[in-house]
Amino acid sequence: MWDYSDKVKEHFLHPRNVGDIADADAVGEVGSLACGDALKLFIKLDDKKERIVDAKFQTFGCGSAIASSSALTEMIKGKTLDDALRVTNKEIADFLGGLPEEKMHCSVMGQEALEVAIAKFRGVTVELHDHEHAEQGGEIVCKCFGLTELFLKKVIAANKLHTAEQVTNFTKAGGGCGGCIPMIKELIAEVLGEKPQEERKRPEKLTNLRKMQLIQDVLEKEIKPQLWADGGDLELIDIAGNEVQIAFRKACAGCASSGFTAKFVEQKLRDLVSVDITVEEVEG
Amino acid sequence: MREVYLDNNATTRVDEAVFEEMRPYFCELYGNPSSMHFFGGQVQTKVDEARKRVAALLGALPEEIIFTACGTESDNTAIRSALEVFPEKRHIITTRVEHPAVLTMCRNLGKRGYRVTELNVDGEGRLDLDDLKKAVDDDTVLVSIMYANNETGVIFPIEEIGAIVKEKGALFHTDAVQAVGKIPLDMARSTIDMLSLSGHKLHAPKGIGVLYLRKGVPFRPFLVGGHQEKNRRAGTESTASIIALGKACELAGQFIEDENTRVIVMRDRLEKELLALIPNGRINGGKAERLPNTLSIALEFVEGEAILLLLSEHGICASSGSACTSGSLEPSHVLRAMGVPFTCAHGSIRFSLSRFTTDAEIDLVIRELPPIIRHLREMSPFGREFLSA
Repeated sequence: MWDYSDKVKEHFLHPRNVGDIADADAVGEVGSLACGDALKLFIKLDDKKERIVDAKFQTFGCGSAIASSSALTEMIKGKTLDDALRVTNKEIADFLGGLPEEKMHCSVMGQEALEVAIAKFRGVTVELHDHEHAEQGGEIVCKCFGLTELFLKKVIAANKLHTAEQVTNFTKAGGGCGGCIPMIKELIAEVLGEKPQEERKRPEKLTNLRKMQLIQDVLEKEIKPQLWADGGDLELIDIAGNEVQIAFRKACAGCASSGFTAKFVEQKLRDLVSVDITVEEVEG
Repeated sequence: MREVYLDNNATTRVDEAVFEEMRPYFCELYGNPSSMHFFGGQVQTKVDEARKRVAALLGALPEEIIFTACGTESDNTAIRSALEVFPEKRHIITTRVEHPAVLTMCRNLGKRGYRVTELNVDGEGRLDLDDLKKAVDDDTVLVSIMYANNETGVIFPIEEIGAIVKEKGALFHTDAVQAVGKIPLDMARSTIDMLSLSGHKLHAPKGIGVLYLRKGVPFRPFLVGGHQEKNRRAGTESTASIIALGKACELAGQFIEDENTRVIVMRDRLEKELLALIPNGRINGGKAERLPNTLSIALEFVEGEAILLLLSEHGICASSGSACTSGSLEPSHVLRAMGVPFTCAHGSIRFSLSRFTTDAEIDLVIRELPPIIRHLREMSPFGREFLSA
C-alpha cells in the first residue's frame, strides 16, 4: 500500500472544487484514458481578467491524482495568472505533505494542466504531453506515454532529476516498454551538463594491449557510473579481439531493458575505443 | 474496523486448525528431522505425515512431493531443472499471462539464447491449442503453462495441453498455485510432469511451497548442499510450516466441494448484482471457464487504485489490475494480453473469495461499490461525458 500522507488521504476522500465552470475563462486538459490518468481544469477570472476567482476540476486517476488536482485548485484561487504560473509541481506535492516519489507525476500533471489552461487563455501554445500535440514539443522520446523531449527536459531541469528512475516517477517516461531509458539518460546528461564522456576521443590506432586497457577504462569510468545511478552494474567477463563479453549485475540482471543497456554499452565502446567492437551479454 | 477480506488470490487467512497443528513445532518439538535421536525423529514422523496429506490432495505419491519455500521457488526450480536435464534442447513454451515467477524467468532465458514462445490468449483469456500444436517441436524442452490465472481465474485445459506436449516428448510444468484446493486434481491420471503449489494460498502460512515431481521424471536440484528431500532440495526442512501445509491440504480436500457449491454461488451473486447495479461493467474472462472464487470486473472511466482506496474505507479488501496499484505504469500484463479495452483496463477490480467468506460480506460489497463507482465517474471527465450521454 502507498504511504500517503494524511493530507493526501483527506483531499482524496473529500476533494475540493470538483465539477465544472460553465462560463470558464480557461480550460486545460491533459492526459488520456489510455495513459491511466487525465485532468480537466476550469478557471474563472475576475473582470479585469487578471486574477483567478474560481477553479474547478475533473480527474480520472488514482488517489494521488485526485488529491493533487484538489490541492491545485485550492492553491491557485485568488492568485493572479502570473503568480499561478509560478506554482511548481513540488509546491503541489508540498501542499499535500509530500507524495511518494513514484506518484510525483500526479503533481506534474496538475501543474501542466494549469499551464495549458493559462496558455490557451493567452492564445499561446505550450508543449503538451500527449500524442495529438506531439509536434509542438519536439521529438517524441517516450512512445508509450507520448512524452516529448522538450517536456521531459523541462521537468528534469525544474526538479533537478538525475536518474532515469526519477524521470519515470515524475513523468511516467520509460515506465512502459522501457525502450527510451537510454534516451532519457542522454537528456539528463544534457540538461544537467553531465557530459564528461564527450571529452574523450576515439584514438586513431590501438595495439591489442592498449585496446583492452581502454575498454576496461571506459567501462569503469564512463559506463558503470551510469548503471550505478540506476542501481545496476556490470562485470567484464572476457575480451577476445573486438568481442567484449559482459554480464549484468544487480538491477541490470534480469532487467527487461537489459538488451537496450547492452546496445548502449556497445555504442559507448564504439564511440570511445574502436568502431568494430561488438558487445555480447553472457551468463557469468 | 472489521476487515471484509476478498483478496484471497493474494494470500489467505491461516486456518486456526492449521495454526494449532504447527504450534508445538516451534518451542517444544523443535528437533531437526535429520537427527538420529528420538527428539528429531518424532518431527520426521510428522513431516512424513504432512507429505502424505499433500500427496493425497494431489492424488500423488508421497515421494513425488518436494517441499520448497514458496510457489516462486517451485516454478524457478522446475524450469531450471528441465533445462539442465536436456541441455541440447533450446526451446521453451509458456503464455503471455503467466505469473512473473514463470514469465520473468522465461524472458531472462530468452536473453540467454533460449528460444521462448509466449502463447497468446483471446479476449476472454483463453488459449488456442492450435497455437500450442504449431509451437511445440523436437527442440522444445519444456512447456510451462499455469493451471488457472491469478487475476481473472480463467482455467486452462491442462490435460489437453499435456497430451499435446507429451506427443512431442517435452516436459510439462504447471503453476497450479491458484488451482490447488479449488479444482480436484489426480496426478495419478495426469499428463503433468511438474506442478507448483503455494501454502499461503490455501490457508497455510507464507513461506512454504511444494514442487510435485512425477516419479521417473529426470530432475536436477536448484538448492544443493544437503540430503534433504531425497537430495532434491537442500536445506533444513521448515518443519512447522510443512506440518501446517499438510493440515491445510487435508482441510482443502474436505472443503473443495464447498468451494464449488457455496463459494461459487456467492461469487456468481456478487457478479450478477454488480453488473446489474453498475452500468458499463464487464467481466474479465466472463465467458471462459473460471475458478469458483474469482471475479475480475472491469469498470469504464474510473481508475482501480481510487476504487480500492474507497473500498478500503469500508473495510473491504480487494485488488486491482490497474497500473497505479502495481507500482508500474501500465495495466497488468494479463489484461493487456487479453486486449481489455483501454477505457476500462485501468478500472479492473478483482474480488477473490474463500471458504471464510460470508453472505453478509458479499452484501456489503453490493451495497458499497455502486455508489463508489458513481462518485468516481462524476469526478472523472470521461465518466461525466458518459453519465450525461
